Amino acid sequence: MIRFIATACAVIWASLANGEVAIKVTNSPGGIQAWSVEEPSIPFTALDLIFAGGAALDPEGKRGAAYLMTGLLEEGAENMDAQAFAAAQEALAASFRFNVYDDNLTISVRFLTENKKASLALLKTALMFPRFDQAAIDRVRGQVLSNISSKAKDPDSVASATWDSLAFGDHPYGGALEGTEVSVQSLSRADMKAAHKRLLVRDTLYVAAVGDISGNELGLLLDDLLGDLPEGEGLKTPPAGFALEGGSTVIDMPTPQSVALFGHAGIDREHPDFFAAYILNTILGGRGVESRLTAEVREKRGLTYGVSTFLVGKEEANMLMGQVASANNRIADAIEVIRDEWAKMAKFGVTETELNDAKTYLTGAYPLRFDGNAKIAGILVGMQRMGLNPSYITTRNEKINAVSLLEINRVARELLKPDDLHFVVAGQPIGLNEE
Amino acid sequence: MFSRFFLAVAACFPLQVAAEASVTDFFLENGMQVVVVEDHRAPVVVQMVWYKVGAADEMPGKSGIAHFLEHLMFKKTKNLASGELSDTVAANGGSDNAFTSHDYTAYYQRVASDRLELMMQMESDRMTGLELSIDDIATERDVVIEERNQRTESSPGSLFNEQKQAALYMNHGYGVPVIGWMHELQDLNLEDAVAFYKLHYAPNNAILVVAGDVLPEEVKALAKQYYGVMPANPEVKPRRRSKEPPHLSPRRMIYRDERVAQPYMTRVYLAPERKSGSQKTAAALVYLAEILGGSGATSVLGKALQFEAKKALYTSAYYGGMSLDKTTFGLVVVPSAEVSLQEVEDLMDATIAEFIQQGVNLEAFERIKLQLRASEIYAKDNVQGIANQYGSGLTQGLSVQDVQAWPEVLQEVTPADIIAAAEMIFDDKSSVTGWLMGVQEDVK
Repeated sequence: MIRFIATACAVIWASLANGEVAIKVTNSPGGIQAWSVEEPSIPFTALDLIFAGGAALDPEGKRGAAYLMTGLLEEGAENMDAQAFAAAQEALAASFRFNVYDDNLTISVRFLTENKKASLALLKTALMFPRFDQAAIDRVRGQVLSNISSKAKDPDSVASATWDSLAFGDHPYGGALEGTEVSVQSLSRADMKAAHKRLLVRDTLYVAAVGDISGNELGLLLDDLLGDLPEGEGLKTPPAGFALEGGSTVIDMPTPQSVALFGHAGIDREHPDFFAAYILNTILGGRGVESRLTAEVREKRGLTYGVSTFLVGKEEANMLMGQVASANNRIADAIEVIRDEWAKMAKFGVTETELNDAKTYLTGAYPLRFDGNAKIAGILVGMQRMGLNPSYITTRNEKINAVSLLEINRVARELLKPDDLHFVVAGQPIGLNEE
Repeated sequence: MFSRFFLAVAACFPLQVAAEASVTDFFLENGMQVVVVEDHRAPVVVQMVWYKVGAADEMPGKSGIAHFLEHLMFKKTKNLASGELSDTVAANGGSDNAFTSHDYTAYYQRVASDRLELMMQMESDRMTGLELSIDDIATERDVVIEERNQRTESSPGSLFNEQKQAALYMNHGYGVPVIGWMHELQDLNLEDAVAFYKLHYAPNNAILVVAGDVLPEEVKALAKQYYGVMPANPEVKPRRRSKEPPHLSPRRMIYRDERVAQPYMTRVYLAPERKSGSQKTAAALVYLAEILGGSGATSVLGKALQFEAKKALYTSAYYGGMSLDKTTFGLVVVPSAEVSLQEVEDLMDATIAEFIQQGVNLEAFERIKLQLRASEIYAKDNVQGIANQYGSGLTQGLSVQDVQAWPEVLQEVTPADIIAAAEMIFDDKSSVTGWLMGVQEDVK
């Protein structure tokens, strides 16, 4: 059972099936809002930060700037070069993980209670005063370039890059966020400083902490850690169209097993039909073992080790996508089965039993997500980024249960578009007609 | 490690050690060992059954049968239809999976803690009640072949690794891949699966680990009810495996593959594993791997090759001490653009020789010691991780006491122990040096 302390600020008791999560929402004296959960039984804290805005804000010709900059945050800060910074972090046994995606820059931190202040002081140097030494830029650039060349020969990465490029063209979503060999070669120290200034800003920040820390203490620490962040320029990712039409695209690669990415346009999280679509995806291919696609492609025919579908929600694009991998001489069969199932579900929808089973699964699985400080911190920061209230935790299962058979089957007809389904296949598929 | 469904394995913390959580252990009368790990923060429980059998226990010519059987364990049983176990777990909001290594095969479910009894009922049912039919074989074998395609045939790095392990282990089953060689995998049949099942799946060859929001007394009562009633199987014999002969000759290999964009080199040495009551050498090897190649910025190899000479993009040293038989200590160097594999290999060897001569940097030693202590605290956040430590330990020759003593054994290591371990481990005669390259690169 996870219990949280009531405070003068807003406390939301979120009841899960068998337990409760009381999330404390605090505003620090300096005005930084954070969601937190005090869980003192283990002497450490998990802290998660998200800055909304990521690699899609790279300026034209500078694709890869956000990625390289994020990789350099732990490569030297203030009076420490990369080696001194690493040694300082290891001496505290703290962990800082910096990641950037198209729409977000994320920082996952954990630190021991005994090193709380010193760990956050060190983190502050990385966030506020990264050095971007030329030697570090060149060293990390070498690693990025090596990754770019390796990905060019990896079927999964090639399928993904091809999909993005076909779907989004010149939009930043259309190119890998690591950048290209040319763009990465061109990145300078000034580009790093500009990317840092662009992304690490106070007005796009979301914070959650779970562990051996009280809300009040957290507020004071956050003011010190983040209070000096500058305000941002209100940058927005430009609108992205979705250019892919039905058909298939084959990228010839020397590999015995073809990998395929497939899908079409999806649905926004804010859309009133989102929960129906979410359950629909669960039944189609979201739920591992029990999904229709797994049953048909894997269990009945043995055509793959794994087939799945997922809803992709980007800031400026929504997709319903899936992936599958089969031997070159069997991928055409797998694709045919997937196309058939897609059309079948669009036309006939799902059964009452399938809907009920999916509801039981989804509502039962939800509370099981909340079982660790790091996991809960990750959920809480993600909820804020999606614009949800803490009370969502208590109402989420009601929203799942409220979806009727009539509704989900209307959404099946509207969302699933067999004619729009596009397959990007990397490999040497046999018997697949490229359209 | 191979599993029935693809596992999104979280980046594993290299210094993971079992936390000293609230742990109770006992034996049932039929010889089945039970471990209960309590964590009452969330109303969740993980039930795991670990069998003391893995790919290194397979008969010659039947590689992949342990893992294939793992897949087949989800088919029809005396009381469950094919797939019903997973369906029932999902209907209760839970998740389930299984995995196979050289030393063990394990099955688990993660559910709300009030569903534990149902999980025990189903897991005990398939321990001896599996009813395989010929129809199960061909389709599921195709799935496993696709699994091998996906994990191994599609990845030059995996093929390289497979060849390298086969070169290192000249006589022991660790040289055969867990998923099986393709030509043997294609021929596995119903009789192979049934024979393997009958020989190895029994309460006296299994360990039950239950972790989460449970009390030892309730687990004990349920375990007695569901597992305790099953008779021990007298056919289960102590594990007997081929031993390695003396290694007299260093081995070198080059694997070329047109799909390789970034060449790299690796060296593996045969290394002692954690042994019951004697984990000190293994603990020193954990430090050695960290000191040589744990962190790119502060490790001996990272400093010398990446920062000073600027000849490498990446360096690493690794050691997995949990193993029933002799394990490996490995080194990896990825050269910078325009730098040859020979050059980084020579530099790596010179750096290690110098390290042994100069001894351990005391500040680095203290930092690693603290990180090991901290990892015990961080590990408590993930009760399933702790369950894994017990399950893998107890199927790999360790006792509950060994698992619990490990953090302390690690804290007792001295710099002198580390140098002694280095002098022992770096014996060329029991090593394989491998280069992974594209088809056109010159060997300089």
